[in-house]
Amino acid sequence: MKPNDSVKIAGLSVYILFLLISFYYGFNPGKEIGRNFFSFSLDMLKLLPCAFILIGLFEVWVKRETVEKHFGEESGFRGYIWALLLGGTTVGGLYVSFPVAYSLYGKGAKLAIILTYIGASGICRVPMAIFETSFMGIKFTVIRLAVSIPLVILSSIALDDYLTKRKYRTREGK
Amino acid sequence: MYYLYIATGFALLLSFIISREKTFQAIKIAVKRFAAILPAFVGMLVCVSIVLFLIPDTLISHYLGKNNVTIGILFASFFGSITLMPGFIAFPLCGILLKKGVLYMVLSAFSTTLMMVGVLTYPIEKKYFGVRLTLLRNIMSLFIALIVALMTGIFFREIF
Repeated sequence: MKPNDSVKIAGLSVYILFLLISFYYGFNPGKEIGRNFFSFSLDMLKLLPCAFILIGLFEVWVKRETVEKHFGEESGFRGYIWALLLGGTTVGGLYVSFPVAYSLYGKGAKLAIILTYIGASGICRVPMAIFETSFMGIKFTVIRLAVSIPLVILSSIALDDYLTKRKYRTREGK
Repeated sequence: MYYLYIATGFALLLSFIISREKTFQAIKIAVKRFAAILPAFVGMLVCVSIVLFLIPDTLISHYLGKNNVTIGILFASFFGSITLMPGFIAFPLCGILLKKGVLYMVLSAFSTTLMMVGVLTYPIEKKYFGVRLTLLRNIMSLFIALIVALMTGIFFREIF
């Protein structure tokens, strides 16, 4: 066990102890933190098993060539369209798109396209955008998407360029 | 949400019919990957629970409603970056703030940073993509959010 790990375990133990004591003695801030923790954990537990099973199936069934063709260096502009569509239909948000992006990258997808996918999974998830319009009006959503999507693609390409020149690999230093 | 379960179940079933072996292999990969990232997720959840307590909705509305546009946008991007909220909480909150007279551009900065900049998801992102990419992506996203806010302001005639 690395020293870093023991610090984390100690921190987690303190956290759990704090929650237990709070609930036992009715300490309200602690109870609220506990409720936040459970409601968020529950939300994620609803999503993550499905996400990881689909990632597993993807790893086993989808050929490297297929990913390279649609998301790789040769995919051209279409790769970005795929990334936007995939991001737009990803459920959950960033914390789901990271492992998916990692899988795609491992199978030969281009970094710029992966970054576009991550950005898209944040800003243009379809169900969320529809929900957004009902509170903020369609003009707000259209401006937001029209400005942010091109910027996400451009910044992804710039980041890819910058990192590829500096010999980037995922999980640097591991 | 249910579509996801149906889709996953269907994919799993199809995979199982075609090849039992590969399906088990897939599940093994799923479990292994999930276990590998679980500590980072727990860490994030602990942080989320504390941050949400320290920064409740009332605090956010208080600071976003300030009259100065620049300060409003800065606070909005700060709150958006360090908190994590599902859309079904964030947008109703934005809707309420809008009715209270908060500018569109401030809400745009808030919702865009909320969706793109993840201080709380940093441990997860770092684990998959390394520190350098994670930092760069988040900084870039912050700038994108500011540009989006500016454009929103221009289109809604809140500035210029």
